[in-house]
Amino acid sequence: MNLKKGKPAMTSMERVQAALTHQEPDRVPLSLLLTVHGARELGLGIREYYSKAEYVVEGQLRMLEKYRYDFVNALCAAALSLEPFGGEVIWYEDGAPNSGEPFLKTEQDILSLQVPDPTCTPSFVRMLRAIAMLKEKLGDEVPITGVVVSPFSLPVLQMGFPAYIELMYERPDLFERLMQVNQEFCLAAADAQIKAGATAICYFDALLSSNVTAQPHLAAGFNVARETLAQINSPKAIHMATAPTLPVIEDVIATGSAIIGVGILDDLVKLKATCRGRLTILGNLNGIEMRRWTPEQTEKNVKQAIAEAGPGGGFILADNGEIPWQVSEETLLAVSDATHKWGHYPLCHEAEI
Amino acid sequence: MISNSKEVLDFVDRLVRIDRLGAEKIFNAVREQGSMSRTVDQLILPALEVIGNGWEEGTVALAQVYMSSRICEELMTHVPPDDAAEHLGNLPMAIAVLEDYHQLGKIIISACLRASGYSFQDYGRVTPEELAQKIVEDSIEIVLISTLMLRSALLVKEVKDLLAKSGSSARIVVGGAPFRFDPQLWQEVGADAMGANATEAVAAIATCMSRK
Repeated sequence: MNLKKGKPAMTSMERVQAALTHQEPDRVPLSLLLTVHGARELGLGIREYYSKAEYVVEGQLRMLEKYRYDFVNALCAAALSLEPFGGEVIWYEDGAPNSGEPFLKTEQDILSLQVPDPTCTPSFVRMLRAIAMLKEKLGDEVPITGVVVSPFSLPVLQMGFPAYIELMYERPDLFERLMQVNQEFCLAAADAQIKAGATAICYFDALLSSNVTAQPHLAAGFNVARETLAQINSPKAIHMATAPTLPVIEDVIATGSAIIGVGILDDLVKLKATCRGRLTILGNLNGIEMRRWTPEQTEKNVKQAIAEAGPGGGFILADNGEIPWQVSEETLLAVSDATHKWGHYPLCHEAEI
Repeated sequence: MISNSKEVLDFVDRLVRIDRLGAEKIFNAVREQGSMSRTVDQLILPALEVIGNGWEEGTVALAQVYMSSRICEELMTHVPPDDAAEHLGNLPMAIAVLEDYHQLGKIIISACLRASGYSFQDYGRVTPEELAQKIVEDSIEIVLISTLMLRSALLVKEVKDLLAKSGSSARIVVGGAPFRFDPQLWQEVGADAMGANATEAVAAIATCMSRK
């Protein structure tokens, strides 16, 4: 129950909508990108957990109740985006699946690449089913996040980052070809998730940063983002994993995205000053370092992030990407407890930080 | 050591603009004035350090770091070796990634090492067991491990334990995103040094060499 302060308790959906419209909700919304942790809740291996939509739904619902956050998702891992293309996915017992050996090795591989139908891939079908089941159980009370890997970032998984960088510099014709195929695939994947019941689509693009991609390719990446996001019929978020976002924040705003997912390389105070009233910030607890946080450190870090970016709304407290398997239940509970302790509006501890 | 001579800055400018011919022209001019080791010390290393610092400061993109490293590597392969290897010592060294197909970091470090005159074994993608076995078989004294995922970074501890059991005293230098985001992680997994970027990795090798 959210009755700690003067504002009446909101549902998660109302809370998030208030944050997106740059108003102060009852408290700062909390998003923890927990995927494989659902397997731990059910006592299953990670691969077995993702073998049935029912397991994923049950895992997400248990974590929703335990960690009292404001989003659910049916995401397995970005690497699963490769399956429709016939790419290899490697499963682990103690972490999210990873992409296997790149499968685009030659010019001919790229030229002959066809747009696969994501809804014909078993893992994607299971994800859609899980989204639909979550929607049925949660209705409009809790946002369900859908995720796509951007057309601009997908080649990192398809051909490896080194080869992709060289292709961008040396073969603009093949780059264009890849963008066409990947954009069509990305739009189909987003559309299917929205139809299944996803509330919003997170456009995952680790390359949309000046820290990663140089001009003119960065501009090309934003062109792809603007074109693609314009065709996705839902609220949109852009997440750049751990790359700094501040240098490109005006380009992000120009894409029409409602949310920017930020990592620890971003200064929340500077970012908030730039985004206030224009773009909601989602971030930026250090998910890697989190596994060693004490309860005291956890509370301090949560309190600080809320103080820096919470005032005036437009802020969703989150980790800086997918939370690693190695982060303990105790730490996740401490993140949640600190959010519920310090995140109520009006915020009262800004001067202490 | 950074030399901000005009030649270095011009070379950096050509590299980050991926101007291979322009970079080669400057490289050849410096090479003609002295030995390969002098070219490495006064042009290649300072330029890669400027570019590495530029990435840390946000003025250079990772894609430019990668392409610059590859260009420097290519330039080094087109000239006959002279005393470059001698001045670096003859240290058995290797590089690897642990159970991960994301190899950008390893390729950048490899290119910088080659451009700096180092020779080393490239073990590619290996398990901790495979890596420890190769290190022992080849009597490796310094191994560089590049990681992208936290899971891979934590596997370094296994490598360390396997090496200890085998009686190997090989030094471990680690790098990659998990170590950048958790500054205590490299010590937790038992590494001997951490390089936040390619330049730091090369410096870490020198530190390890001085401790031998």
